[in-house]
Amino acid sequence: MANNDREVLVKVKNVDITFFNGKRPFKAVKNANFEIYKGETFGLVGESGSGKTTIGRAIIRLNQISGGEIWYKDLRIDGKLSKKDRQYVVRNIQMIFQDPAASLNERATIDYCISEGLYNFHLYKDEEERVRKVDEALNSVGLLPEHKSRYPHEFSGGQRQRVGIARAMIMEPELIIADEPISALDVSIRAQVLNLMNKFKEERGLSYMFIAHDLSVVRYFADRIAVIHNGNIVEIAPSVELFRNPLHPYTHSLLQAVPIPDPQIEKNKTIQQYVETEAEQNYDKAELVEILPEHFVLMTENEREGYERKAAALK
Amino acid sequence: MAENNVILSVKDLEVKFKVRDRVLTAIRNISLDFIEHQVVAIVGESGSGKSVFTKTFTGMLDMNGEVTHGEIWFEGRNLMDIKTDKGWEEIRGRKIATVFQDPMTSLNPVRTIGYQISEVIMKHQKKSSEEAKKEAIELMGRVGIQNPEQRYDEYPFMFSGGMRQRIVIAIALACHPKILICDEPTTALDVTIQAQIIRLIKDLAKEYDFTTIYITHDLGVVANVADAVAVMYAGQIIEYGSVEDVFYDSRHPYTWGLLSSLPQLGMKGEKLFAIRGTPPSLFEEIKGDAFAPRSEYSMKIDFEKEPPIFRISDTHWAKTWLLDPRAPKVEPPEAIRSLHQRMIGLTSKGGVYGE
Repeated sequence: MANNDREVLVKVKNVDITFFNGKRPFKAVKNANFEIYKGETFGLVGESGSGKTTIGRAIIRLNQISGGEIWYKDLRIDGKLSKKDRQYVVRNIQMIFQDPAASLNERATIDYCISEGLYNFHLYKDEEERVRKVDEALNSVGLLPEHKSRYPHEFSGGQRQRVGIARAMIMEPELIIADEPISALDVSIRAQVLNLMNKFKEERGLSYMFIAHDLSVVRYFADRIAVIHNGNIVEIAPSVELFRNPLHPYTHSLLQAVPIPDPQIEKNKTIQQYVETEAEQNYDKAELVEILPEHFVLMTENEREGYERKAAALK
Repeated sequence: MAENNVILSVKDLEVKFKVRDRVLTAIRNISLDFIEHQVVAIVGESGSGKSVFTKTFTGMLDMNGEVTHGEIWFEGRNLMDIKTDKGWEEIRGRKIATVFQDPMTSLNPVRTIGYQISEVIMKHQKKSSEEAKKEAIELMGRVGIQNPEQRYDEYPFMFSGGMRQRIVIAIALACHPKILICDEPTTALDVTIQAQIIRLIKDLAKEYDFTTIYITHDLGVVANVADAVAVMYAGQIIEYGSVEDVFYDSRHPYTWGLLSSLPQLGMKGEKLFAIRGTPPSLFEEIKGDAFAPRSEYSMKIDFEKEPPIFRISDTHWAKTWLLDPRAPKVEPPEAIRSLHQRMIGLTSKGGVYGE
């Protein structure tokens, strides 16, 4: 995987996101740096409050950033944009939300829910074409055209999430930001939705940013994973590499905390508590360093030697 | 666990709900014995009836629900004979306590934490307010809240999710219950916090000497906490066994499906195994094996006659016609036959993921 020849779809550069609680500023995301390549699934993993959703929302322009730049291809998309550029971004970056019950308009039929984007952007020549597009979108997620006249509450959770995917897919986006798309679903339905998302990736060369707290899902689904804690991206690596050689202590403790569905292993494991590293406490002095090929860890100058030793020991 | 004392015994339980003018059968004839000091995990999808099942133990069914059949025996009496709320108060909270999923909704937002804990102690143990306060502070310390004296007067919103769940556990333990029902206690929490809460419940079970019933859909949590596992589907327990039985030697196709669809078993570039279809509607009468329409192994009889319980060993049984001697021999899917090897492969570094 030589990254230099791969097309960069989204570039997040030194991004800070600050919220104001009254007058008190709260930095939810600190100096985030990463790229999403075309055709890959980029996983962003962290606990609640770590800022993972905030970053996702900043990319689709729902959250303002307080520093840094976000680029989509060769267009800078943070800050004010012309109407044309704004529409371009909205069309090409779509989002799938966590809770399909809350993200669909419960008073609108499925037909309207799915075509809403088409209406807003006039992406159809005539009614016939719109109907055809909606039917295609429904088919591609495994629902039937006769479901169109129904309302969201008439569907099960898994079906509703399929509607959520269909309404994103109908815009023919290049990037989908999936914010915990399966955490609200039942175990037996999760696999169905994941398979569906993978199908689109293969068929249409779609890229995903997959936001999750569950590492076991991301391991299967993502090509590269970034781990975020308290607004700091602490480690980025290809997913196989991250699971094989977690270098940052937080990644390590996160991997350890996920319960493994095997009683013998699970009953015999001990859990270590994570203590914030120096780099996290002084994030303005820390940077992501490529310690192994394509494997980045957040560190300060002082910590560098320790990580280098750790990395060398792995070889 | 020298003796296997049955602490709670459910016999042929059936629960129905009236929804508008239709009747939904949520629990379809469950019989199960809970053994003292054993941790039993009840696993199933939402709507399989796992919460409803345990709510019957404390008389907490919603107004439109009713136990239409069956008995629940606890401490020498049939709980189904209790008709009044007053009668239930002797059991609920005092003998059988529940910890719910969302700690924010189970705590009163406008009362201090201390008040909410000592209220329970005063009511159930008839203690004075000073004594109750002392005991509440002790309990708070015991469930891992630092500086309990200072935090006694704080409100729920001043605590994080994990800390709130600790308080709910403290309240549940305030009357030294015999049985603690944990209804998805960690689903709303982060993984690192989840690990701490699971640990805490385990330690407290030893110290306070209660029997734990876990309700969860996370098989990882089950593997960690459970001694025995009951798998529920469409209002029935379709497989029951020790945790080893269920993970390493499961027999029901639904259990196979659940285990095979674990994302941990997924291989990059391959499709994840998915159980096809959706669970049946409980409004309609279910004929035969409820899982038959979704199963890859269903036979003709599965659609006609409900399978009885087939015993595999003293600790293990399943409700599937596949165990009938006349049934063709079926091997479980490859992925779960080698589950343990695969998981070991995944976790080569002492319980940590690694490949």
